[in-house]
Amino acid sequence: MTEQLRPAPAGLLDELSPLLARVSTPVQYVGGEINAQTRAWEDAQVHWVLMYPDTYGVGQPNQGLAILYEVINELGWASAERSFSVWPDLEELMRAHGLPQFTLESHRPVRAYDVLGISLSTELGYTNLLNALDLAGIPIHSAERTMDDPIVLIGGHCAFNPEPIADFVDVVVLGDGEEAVIELSRIVREWRLAGCPGGRDQVLETLAATGMFYVPRFYAVEYGPDGAIARISPTRRGVPTTVGRWVLTDLDEWPYPKAPIVPLAETIHERYSAEIFRGCTRGCRFCQAGMITRPVRERSLATIGAMVDAGLRATGLEEVGLLSLSSADHTEINEITHQLADRYEGGNVSLSIPSTRVDAFNVDLARELSRGGRRSGLTIAPEAGSERMRAVINKNVSEDDLMSTVTAAFSQGWRSVKMYFMCGLPTETDEDMLAIARLAHRVVETGREITGRRDISCTISIGGFVPKAHTPFQWAEQADPELIDHRIGVLREAVRADKGFSRAITIRWSDGEPGQVEGLLARGDRRVGRVIEAVWLDGGRFDGWREHFDYQRWVDCAIIELEPLGVDMAWYTTRPRAEHEVLPWDHLDSGLDRTWLWQEYLAGCAAQQIADCRWDDCKDCGVCPRFGVDIEMGPSGTTLLPLAPLPPRRKKTGASAA
Amino acid sequence: MQRLRLSYSKLGVARFASHRDFSRAFERALRRAGIPMAYSSGFSPHPRISYANSAPTSAASYAEYADIAVLEVLDPDQVRDDLNAALPTGFRVLRVVEGHRPALADVLQASDWVIDLGAVDRQDLESAIRALIAAESVEVSRATRKGERVFDARPAVRSAQVDEEGHVRVRVTHGTPLVRPDDVLAALRRLRPGLGGEHPGLFTRLRQGPLRSDGSIGDPLDVPDATADGGTRTTRAE
Repeated sequence: MTEQLRPAPAGLLDELSPLLARVSTPVQYVGGEINAQTRAWEDAQVHWVLMYPDTYGVGQPNQGLAILYEVINELGWASAERSFSVWPDLEELMRAHGLPQFTLESHRPVRAYDVLGISLSTELGYTNLLNALDLAGIPIHSAERTMDDPIVLIGGHCAFNPEPIADFVDVVVLGDGEEAVIELSRIVREWRLAGCPGGRDQVLETLAATGMFYVPRFYAVEYGPDGAIARISPTRRGVPTTVGRWVLTDLDEWPYPKAPIVPLAETIHERYSAEIFRGCTRGCRFCQAGMITRPVRERSLATIGAMVDAGLRATGLEEVGLLSLSSADHTEINEITHQLADRYEGGNVSLSIPSTRVDAFNVDLARELSRGGRRSGLTIAPEAGSERMRAVINKNVSEDDLMSTVTAAFSQGWRSVKMYFMCGLPTETDEDMLAIARLAHRVVETGREITGRRDISCTISIGGFVPKAHTPFQWAEQADPELIDHRIGVLREAVRADKGFSRAITIRWSDGEPGQVEGLLARGDRRVGRVIEAVWLDGGRFDGWREHFDYQRWVDCAIIELEPLGVDMAWYTTRPRAEHEVLPWDHLDSGLDRTWLWQEYLAGCAAQQIADCRWDDCKDCGVCPRFGVDIEMGPSGTTLLPLAPLPPRRKKTGASAA
Repeated sequence: MQRLRLSYSKLGVARFASHRDFSRAFERALRRAGIPMAYSSGFSPHPRISYANSAPTSAASYAEYADIAVLEVLDPDQVRDDLNAALPTGFRVLRVVEGHRPALADVLQASDWVIDLGAVDRQDLESAIRALIAAESVEVSRATRKGERVFDARPAVRSAQVDEEGHVRVRVTHGTPLVRPDDVLAALRRLRPGLGGEHPGLFTRLRQGPLRSDGSIGDPLDVPDATADGGTRTTRAE
């Protein structure tokens, strides 16, 4: 036999239906949405399941999954279906009736597929990852899997330090997934068509040998007497010492998603999102996304216009999101918003951009975003309240920038502004919290002056800072939960005491405890995997949900699992690292020069700022030369978006109505 | 403005959609199909669609009804075809006719339901049905947002039997409170505890419409408009 394609497994819908009729929101499990792809099993040689380890409502809008779903299905010889975490009510019934984790499209068991690709954007999804594997009947430990199991692959931001889940996954992809999923599909297909020579081990070795797929089991980690890592090294010949990152160039060649699935169940966002550029070089020192996605690669005006037109037609959605890490920074953002607003004038289509940098927002942008009917709220991200603190994190915005932004917004009719902040940042003191309160005061005061109205409101959203891998602050100590809660308390008290303003200012905050667990997982090594497994075994899941998160469970499991190894939760979180300590992710190459990151850390602690390399000199972060890529940005010179006449209306052909 | 009345089905995986899910999907389908909807006036305009007596989440149906208003005069068959090209799997527009009268709430007087309890002994079902028909009243309770509500499910049941596939078929009239198929199942279980084990019952509406004098259910789209001039609202058609 030369072919070992996996046989078509039976669908489970008949057995599932009586269970679904007993649970909350059953529609989230069954697929059938507009643009969902239902392919015959036999039509594909490589079968993927794409999973987001949270509910459908949270996972379905994920842009990465939407892109990869189309890229894989367009190959023809490969197919992709979806699966999400099942809520505990259904999990209990599935376990009682012996039914496994299944896909939305064909309701087949996930275990029967070739590749299970999981997008991880938050560390708090790790217990859900284990639970999904277990519910699928897939051994949770990579080492115990057989030819009957799919290759378990992860991607997304968490892939940049996958060490805490290294024992549970087979393959890790760093960076942009578009080309990676095609290459992996090709390697798996060749291996299957050749009769699976050498079994799973062989295909994993082929993947690892490319230097672009990280297979954790082919790397050994040794620890020194101080508890820190002594060495990370490949365990077999042909496996490189470091693993590279996938960097897509020319986003215009990859205009996905073209026709994203339109959810039937309610989800957290329901809009057509077009990514207007990828990467960010603003250089905020806390920001993992801005570090691991360099350099900036813009999509052209013409491509964005065509994507939005086709995307709205294919979905029937009414809102367009212009997505990126800092959308107002696109070289042609004013042209994009102006021309899109013109095109959809009077058509009940609204435009939105995610939270924006305070200095890039202006009156024109404010006006264009408020045309087309509904105006979404203005959200800006100063991140820190004092000038000094913003210099530490390299936010590069002054209070005057911020005031001119809110002035623009208020003059264009906005009445409320939401601002994001962090606390627990390096070198922070209570005084920095008072600066946030003063800033909110000034925003409200400015709003009242400009509009002559009293109904101006300002929402402060604040959370504890969690240091992340591949950022200048990867060496920094994390503030403990008590300090985070104390700082938030200082802010709340300052706002409460602000006579005449306290009622106009709302504070939303997240407690310090989940951030501590996030910190443990974000900078943990393979030993932390034991804590995740113990928490999951003890019933932990949906840790991103306040009603499910159990801090004490994490603390207890960390004590039991880590103390015998001579480390503890604090060792991973509140301990500052030395420059040359081997970090768990040092063998994973994001392209950033480690010395540059350390210099940036020192510069941050000294409150020294650096400029954006898009508009200033190269700052030698290392990414472009490492991967042979370059900044790709406009202006494209295009002045017109392709015109998009509405589809012809079908008039009644016969007699007119009475 | 043209008024259109349509019937649609909700089958397969679509049974698991809530009414709210369907209404959002339907609005998007109207947009995708390019149907020039009339919008309500006011601060937050909504397309003019009204639904009547939709089947509950997890129930399938061959007989759902809605009224819409459009800005241009359209061919009803074309509207049906365009919508069918734009709706998610399992939802299908069956027929579109002109006019909004008589009011849907007035013509949707009774429904036929199939209750599938999985593998259940036929004799047990028949005995439970006999007991239900024989009973004068059967009190059931249903959890609502306002708490537990207790009511008599028996008066709404016009007829009930077991079909060839071993499923319960029941004809219920619509009143207040509305007796749903899960209430009928609760009534059967009240009389025969343990009927069908822990199976939740899978429900399918076969038809709903005006109750004719012979006890059968008519097609709501075939009820003539008593106010053919389209003028002021009058009492409902016979």
